[in-house]
Formats: sequence, structure tokens, C-alpha cells
Amino acid sequence: MIAGLERITGGDFSIDGVRMNDVPPAQRGIAMVFQSYALYPHMTVRDNMSFALKIAKKSPQEIAAAVDKAAKILQLTPYLDRLPKALSGGQRQRVAIGRSIVRDPKVYLFDEPLSNLDAALRVATRIEIAQLKEAMPNSTMIYVTHDQVEAMTLASRIVVLAGGGISQVGSPLELYERPENEFVAQFIGSPAMNLMEGEVSGTGAITTIKLKNGGIAHSAVPTQPADQGMKVKIGVRPEDLIEATGDSLYTGEVEITEALGEVTLLYFKKTGDGAQVVGKLPGIRPELRYNTVRLSADPKKVHLFANGKSLLYR
Amino acid sequence: MDNIAGTKSSLTWAVHISVVVLVAMWVLPTLGLFVSSFRTGDQIVGSGWWQSLTTQEQQLSPIRIEGDETETNGAFVIEGNLFGNARTTISSWGTSSREPEAYEPGQTAELGDGVTVTVQADGGYVLSSPVTTAGERLPRIFASATTPPEFTTDNYKTVLFSPLAGQTIFQAFMNTATVAIPATIIPILIAAFAAYALAWMEFPGRALLVAAIVGLLVVPLQLALIPLLQFHNWLGIGKGYLGIWMAHTGFGLPLAIYLLRNYMVGLPRDIIENAKVDGATDFQIFTKIILPLSFPALASFAIFQFLWTWNDLLVALVFLGTGNDQQVLTGNLVNLMGSRGGDWEILSASAFVSIAVPLLVFFALQRFLVRGLLAGSVK
Repeated sequence: MIAGLERITGGDFSIDGVRMNDVPPAQRGIAMVFQSYALYPHMTVRDNMSFALKIAKKSPQEIAAAVDKAAKILQLTPYLDRLPKALSGGQRQRVAIGRSIVRDPKVYLFDEPLSNLDAALRVATRIEIAQLKEAMPNSTMIYVTHDQVEAMTLASRIVVLAGGGISQVGSPLELYERPENEFVAQFIGSPAMNLMEGEVSGTGAITTIKLKNGGIAHSAVPTQPADQGMKVKIGVRPEDLIEATGDSLYTGEVEITEALGEVTLLYFKKTGDGAQVVGKLPGIRPELRYNTVRLSADPKKVHLFANGKSLLYR
Repeated sequence: MDNIAGTKSSLTWAVHISVVVLVAMWVLPTLGLFVSSFRTGDQIVGSGWWQSLTTQEQQLSPIRIEGDETETNGAFVIEGNLFGNARTTISSWGTSSREPEAYEPGQTAELGDGVTVTVQADGGYVLSSPVTTAGERLPRIFASATTPPEFTTDNYKTVLFSPLAGQTIFQAFMNTATVAIPATIIPILIAAFAAYALAWMEFPGRALLVAAIVGLLVVPLQLALIPLLQFHNWLGIGKGYLGIWMAHTGFGLPLAIYLLRNYMVGLPRDIIENAKVDGATDFQIFTKIILPLSFPALASFAIFQFLWTWNDLLVALVFLGTGNDQQVLTGNLVNLMGSRGGDWEILSASAFVSIAVPLLVFFALQRFLVRGLLAGSVK
């Protein structure tokens, strides 16, 4: 819809204050990078990159200059006369990016550009895109991805789309620290945030929640006295859970441990409400398997949700 | 273990045998026709084409002695050679059809009245007579001879340049080319545009149009012959090349559009959308992206259409006149079968002239059928 390839059925879409609903794709000042690269297989890299400019009837000198510049930025100069089939996946993706750079658009659209690459190339190309973005501060990039690492590292603003609507708009850290709803809370961060059902038992600047599983949680999310007894869910990220000495928020038997070196993931046995709790403790702790572990969390790190919405944003 | 994917099926030998049989079925007759077309009529009648490739012994057809006689020592002598070439070797010979192997090479035969004939192994003969033989029927020589492989291009010279059945094969060849080449190019041009529109442009009634084209695929062309001819007469173009081009175009279009549309629909949507974002119009997308990428489909349809129009007899009979400047190869061959049905060397050479171009077209374009042009565009 942004590119103009699909009709906008409702609302207005504008770039720089100009309504673009009925403007054809080429005149919107956008360039798009497709997940499948969408290179023209019968053209060399140079022809691929100059196609749009030729269509726009630019002079040959202008075209050559733009292509050479883009090729230099993307280190594609040695490959300019090759056909796409003679390139590796990462090189093809760079050609696709180069093809959008030469057009010098106001808006870049990236449609999951890295999902066709293998893990190592993905990281390398991700860093290249980040550098590219820094090199072109005046252009906007809209980047669609399912990979939250890409989203967290590349974005200045993330729009989380879920169920046909916008769940939350914000900077990566805003989304991480202050999620507006359960979807965003669980979507951002890996492993996903633990959600546990409970009831508000104490209100004020620090809210006390009596959990269904028997634990007591404290949250820095303020509540009014009227909220007493309200059914809520608390959300705690695995990395925010710490081993408890006194009051515990959660007590359970560790079913599986995953030692990753810097941290150890603890998967607890499922309890009555079916939710699995995951903890992340620093260091190498495989000996915790089959042991009962008591966990608590810093109240500042405990989120409160009622009916799927965060109580922080009331 | 037999069911594991990737292991060789135990029926591989059946596949191999089928392939060999199919190849033999196709290659052997073609090869036979090809070899026969380079042999003389006598050779074709005397032995099979498969024997022509090796030296062989055979009973030659009788050869009548001829030549100028010279008088030496009171005898009238005719000297000469039975064969045009020096490689035939006679193993035995005779002077009557009842005893064709009566004499060894070098022996002398008495023919009565003092007339003698001597035939050497290389075919050289000496006829000697006490009185002049001028005006008389000279004796015939029956010879068994071993002949090395011998081929001639005379058949081709004959069929190409001397008129048989009213016109030369060469002229018929040119007429067929005049029919087949435009009748291949015109439908492809029209169908490529139509296929792009039906595949990638949005307009109301598109699905109905596609359905109509699929429906037209099953209409036999014989249905349309008479109405179409009447239509041509009404238009005033009558019988002629313009008419047959239009007819072949019309008959070829449904399949062409159908084939090309199906191929173009299969091209990656991303490429076309990207071209749109790049600012290309539909026409530019068509000429710069779709056409080059559709080349395998275009080539395969071109082969089909060309072969049909080249080998077509019915449509040519209906829409073309029968004059020498309009009769096509197939029509000429039909006439030849009637008038020169016994002359196998003429028929085989003519037939080979008519299949030479289809063979050439097929071998020239078949690599486009095989090559995947899309490699590398999408992962």
C-alpha cells in the first residue's frame, strides 16, 4: 500500500504532506527491496541498477555516476557485469539494495530483506544496512521484519502490527521496557516474558499481587485503592528473575536447563494454569535441573496487565 | 530399502529400453529416407538403404552396349565401359537374361555370326563383329558386380531445379516458407501482448476472456474452414497468402495465448512489482522484462506453430490457390506421389527437402526449451 502496488481502501497516505493515495508507485519517491530480491534475471548487475534511471530517461552520464556510486557503497564494483545467477545470496541482496539507492528515494521500503540469507550473512548484511542508514540521514527506511533482533538493532521507531492493527509504536527500548499490552510484551525479548495470573492485594505506589501459584509479587506500577481485588496478570522477563532469599514470586521445579555459557535458561515444570515459566540466571548452572528454585524480581521490572492491556498506560 | 527416495528404481532398465526403442523408432526411418535420397533409382530398387553403406554384390540391371564403332583389320569394334565409375568390379556376366552368370570376367562370349564380346572385371568391354553393327540393336550385358558405396546428389538437383508435377520443389519450398514464417511470427506477436494483459493487467472480464480462450482451444478448425473462406471472399482477399496468414493466425492464437499466459503468470510477482516501483509502464514491463524472460515459452510455441504451418496441407488447400506460385510443399508431394509414384529417389529427396527445415528449426531452438532462464532471479 505504501508502495502503491495495492489500492488503499480507507484513509489517507501522505509523504511529506502530499497525499499519495492515487499517485503511481514510481512517482511517490519510494524504493523497495523485496524479500526475494526480485532482480531482473536477464540483466547484468549494472543493468539491474540502472533500469529505473533509464525508465526515468536520465542521461547516460548521470546513470553511470549513480550506479558507480551505489556500487562503491555496497562493494559491488567487481560484480557490475555479472548476471544475478552468478552472485551469492548476500551479493544479490546488495544489488537489490543498490537498485534502490541509485534512485535516491525519500523512503526506502525493505520487505524482510534478510530472511533469505543464512545466519552469518544476515548479521553482516544487517550491519551494512545499519551503516547505510547512518550514511543517509535524510531518508526514511521502512523495514518489515519478523526478526526482533533486526527490529531492535536497526530501528529508531518500531511499529508492532498484530491482528490487523497497530499494537504499539515506540523506540526499541520503550517497547522493551514499557510494553503497552501483552502481545508486545511477549513479542519483544527472547525467551518471551513470563505471564502469571493473580489478584491485586495491596495498592499504592508499589502494588502487591497475590499470585494464583501461591507467590507474592511486588510491582512498581502504581494502583488506586479501587483496584483492590482486581484480576491481573504480572509479566516478568526471564532475565529479570533472580534467585530469591526471602519472599518468592515463583517457586517451581526445574525441568530442563539450557546452559548458553553467559547465562543458563531454566524451564520450569508447568503448573496448574498451564503457563510455562522460564528463568534466565547468569553463569553456568546446569546443576539446578530437577531442583526446586525460588525466584523473585525487582518491583521495577514487574509489569502489570489487566485484560491484555498494561496498567502503566491508564 | 527399495522405497527410499534417491535410490535407483529396479525398473531403470525398462526406462533405458524404452528410450532406445523410441530413439530407434524416430531415427531409423529418418536415416533411411536420408540415405535413400542420395541413391539412384536403380540402387533403391536393387537393395535396401542399409546395404548401401557397405560394398555389396548384386545383380545389376541389364546394360545395353553402345558407342561408336571403329574398323580395324576387317573387324568392326566397339570399345567402352559398362559403368560410369571405375570402382565397380564384375564377378560374372552373361548376354542373356536366362544365363546372367555364364562368363567369368575376361572371357569372350560368342554371339553367333562371328560377333564376340569380351567384358573385363572393371566393366570394360570389347564388341567385335565381322560386319558393321550400325543400325542394329546391340546386345545387352547382364552382370553381377560388387559395388562400393556410391551416392549421388543428382536427386536433389533434379527435385530442386527441374519442374516436376508442374513446379520445382524449390519453388514449393519457397511458397511454404512464405506461408509458414509470417504464420508463425504474427500469432506470437499478438499472443504475447494478449498473454501479458491476461496475466498481469487488471481489467473487468479478464477471467471470462481466459475462459473463452480455453473454450476456443477445443474447437476443431475444420468447423471454420468454409465460413472463413466465405468471409475472405466477402472481404475481397479471396484465396492467397494474406488469407492463409490470417487463417493460421486465427487457428494458432488460442493455444498461443493460453501457453504464454500460463508461462507469464508463473513469473515472480516481485519482479513485476519491482519494475512498477522502478517506474516502468505496462508496455515497458512487457518489452523489457516479460518478453526476455518468456523466451523459452515463445521459442517452444514458435516451434509448434512453425511445424504445424510447415506440414499443413488442409488449410493450404482451402485458403491458397493451386497455381505454381502458391502450391506448398505438402501439396507438391501429394502431386508427386500421383505422377511419379514409382520414382522413389525423387520422392525420398523431395520428402527430405520438406522435413529438413523442421528438423533444423527444432535443433536450433530446442536448447531454449531446456534452458531455465529464471535461474538466479529469486531464491
